[in-house]
Parts: sequence; C-alpha cells; structure tokens
Amino acid sequence: MIRSEILKEIAPILRDQLVVCNIGIPSQELHAIDDQPTNFYMLGTMGLASSIGLGLALAQPKPVIVIDGDGSILTNLGTLPTIANNVADNYILLIIDNGSYGSTGDQPTYAGQKTSLAKMAEAAGCERVIECQAEETGRVLQEALDARQMTIIVSKCESGNAKMPPITMDPVVIRDRFMKAVQA
Amino acid sequence: MNIDKKITEDLVANDISFVTTVPCKQLAGVIAEIDAHDAIFHIPSNKEDEGMGLCAGAWMGGKRPAIIMQNTAIGVTINTLATLIQYYRMPLPMLISYRGELREPIACQVEMAVHTKALLAQMHIPTYHFHHQEDVAELDAILKYTFMCNKPVAILTDANFWGGYGDQ
Repeated sequence: MIRSEILKEIAPILRDQLVVCNIGIPSQELHAIDDQPTNFYMLGTMGLASSIGLGLALAQPKPVIVIDGDGSILTNLGTLPTIANNVADNYILLIIDNGSYGSTGDQPTYAGQKTSLAKMAEAAGCERVIECQAEETGRVLQEALDARQMTIIVSKCESGNAKMPPITMDPVVIRDRFMKAVQA
Repeated sequence: MNIDKKITEDLVANDISFVTTVPCKQLAGVIAEIDAHDAIFHIPSNKEDEGMGLCAGAWMGGKRPAIIMQNTAIGVTINTLATLIQYYRMPLPMLISYRGELREPIACQVEMAVHTKALLAQMHIPTYHFHHQEDVAELDAILKYTFMCNKPVAILTDANFWGGYGDQ
C-alpha cells in the first residue's frame, strides 16, 4: 500500500475532522481524493504540519488530525518533545512513514533505515504511540479518535506517489475557509 | 518602570493568549512574566520555525499568538515567514532580542546583527527598534497594527533597551 491508497481508505474518517496536511504530494493527493473546507493544505514550509496542528489543537476543542510524513518529521524533530510536553487530547499525529522523501523523487529517509520514529516519539515522552501497518491505519485512526487521547500513529507503508495535479487554490482562500470551518 | 511587566500587560491587553518562546538572556525576565501569567498559554519551542508553526495553528484556532526570540532566529525562519506566515497572510508579533548591538559583549552576535534589519527589510516586514526604555510605550500600538494588517511584525529590542546585557 502506498500513501495515496491509505488516504483513500481513511478519507471517510477524515471528512468530518479538522485536518492539517503535509506539504507537497500528500496535500495534492488529499485535495484530489476529497477536498474539504476542514482541510488545511500546506503549500510550503516543510516540517511544520505537526506544529501547526498542535497549535490548533491547543487553541480550540475540536479534534485535529495531522497527516505528516517521515521526512517532514525528521526535518522538525524538535516537534516531538514539544508535543509530548504539551498534551492536547484532541490531537492525533498520523505519520505516514514510507521511508522516503516522496515529493522530491523518493530518496530514502533514515526512518526507512535504522531510525524508528515510534521509538523517538516514545523517548520524547509521547504517551500513546502506535506503530501499525498501512492496512491497519483506518482502524487505528478511528480508535485514536474514539480514545480522545493524544495519539501518535506511525503507519508503515510502501514508497510511491499517485499522479495528482498541484493545488491552485489561493493560500488565503485555503486558510480563510479552514478558519470558518474551525469556527462552525 | 518594569519593562517585563509592561510588555506582558500589553500582550494581555491585546488579547494575546498564546505565546511561544526561544530564550535569550535579555528576554529571561519577560519570559518569566509570561510563564507566570494566567491569561497566557506559554509554550516553549525548540526552534523558532517550529514556534511559528505553533503560532499559525493557534491563530487559525482562534487565539492571538506571539513569538519571542533572538534576532539570530531571522536566519532560521526566512522560509517559514515567506511560505507560511506571509503566504497565508497571518498576523505574528515577533518580540526580538536584538543581540549584537551597542553594549553587546559577545562578538559573534554582531555577525547576525549586521544582517538583521537588511533581512527584515528584504522580507518587507514592518520593523520597530526599541533602543530606550520609553520606546516600549509604542508596543500597544504596534500590536494593534499587527492584527489590523495580518502581517508578521518585528520589534527589535537591543541591550540598551534592556538596561545592558547581564551585569553591565
């Protein structure tokens, strides 16, 4: 299973939730699969999806699901201690770990080699960390929503991208409709 | 005048309730004030771009944010300022310790100080420089201006403003 297949499978779960989606192909895939005003697409700034989502979860009560990648987490590793030490039980960080920098040509990341992001999250102090296989992602995500407890999910999947068009929506439009969805 | 208290009171008066910080010795007093204030959620960041991500999320969640950091962070955050804060048009007051200015004891700090205003100007970021203690009187207006125009705004605070660096 590759990331786009996971996104297709979990789209019905994501539809009613606030979602912050990682830069590049992940956002393009989610946008093409099921564009929603409750989706905040990152068009730039690699690595900050988990931080944006944490700020959002701490600022308001609705559940927030961050769709991040192993490469982006490695870019902003300081996020894990910040998440662990500022517990927001409406925060779910879903790291789709395909062991590669998908948006830049599938170069391997260290997460696909010796480095375990799940163990790093645990070592940072995150209390509910679940590593799963791609096929289990939907079930684990739904359980995390039901648990109402801050959860870090590391979903191990294969490397690869679906061919999707770039997002042409203006960033201020993405942000404005997202903020209205947050307030709704 | 206790400028640490005055800054904190101005933040609170402008409904800023989410503040992230990366420390600097000059900022230690104001960080302590913010940490102790009930009306502010203080979330320390490990790096300033991470902090700007937190602020972006908090603002979209309905809270007014601010970041407190050193000017060395301008070198760290150019991409985040351009592609997140400015691109999505978000307000972000940046209270910045302006290291490497007059009364600075650490020579290396001057190396980023000489680039600070040029980088901020290149980024078209409105920039204010507090050099004397009384300059803090403008903070309230600067904060209102920031949330009026939805831009990142820099407030550079140098050693002279803070009354000298350390025990000078």
